[in-house]
Amino acid sequence: MAQQKVVLIACGTAVATSTVVAHAIEEAMAERGIPVMTRQCKATEVRSMAADADVVVATTPVPDDLGKPTFKGLPFLTGIGKAQVLDDIEKALRG
Amino acid sequence: MAVDFRSILSPQAMCLGVSAQSADEVIALLGERLIAMGKVKANYTAALIERERTMPTGLPLGAINVAVPHSDPVHVIAPAIALATLTEPVSFGSMDDPDEKLPVQIVVALALNDKDAQIEMLQAVAGFIQNPGALSALLSARTPEEAFAAFPS
Repeated sequence: MAQQKVVLIACGTAVATSTVVAHAIEEAMAERGIPVMTRQCKATEVRSMAADADVVVATTPVPDDLGKPTFKGLPFLTGIGKAQVLDDIEKALRG
Repeated sequence: MAVDFRSILSPQAMCLGVSAQSADEVIALLGERLIAMGKVKANYTAALIERERTMPTGLPLGAINVAVPHSDPVHVIAPAIALATLTEPVSFGSMDDPDEKLPVQIVVALALNDKDAQIEMLQAVAGFIQNPGALSALLSARTPEEAFAAFPS
């Protein structure tokens, strides 16, 4: 059993779009055999919370120097480019 | 994920075929509906408008763009959504890039205070947003019944 990875998901309020993204990632990574734990935060909290995360996914712009692989959350809301970003997240989590 | 939109969207919270000049005008219209319904506090509208300035909620979808303004949970009394369709698009910033302006024709205001309890509502809205046929049908709807028919069941 692989070690559980932590995915930090940031959005404006930590209740709306990050919830949609969190559920989509949990489901998709479970299907790919990667156990993940998701945490949600506000965009303003992302810097302090990123230290404990393996990857960061954000629906709003976040700093690009978080030191962790960072991905766009927008594809989970629009459906456009979702498969690609899931592949990219999987790669980063396995890496 | 069969969520009945009738259970989460009241006809009273639907503004169909609205002619508006700006995003703020649409947000104020939806905010007033939710305030009148007792779903959100009096400062909800101001909170939405303020949030759009720094963290806009426009979603680039292609033909018909949607914005999903929402506030911090402190302004919310009970979960609800309110919806406006516009005869002419108004400009919202993109969630992805606030400097990019998107012509938006459907605005869904979300009132959320418990992410775990409201995930089904959120997923229903997200699923709808990703369905171009449903968006197009909603844009032509002029009555709540026609709007409900646009939502995939």
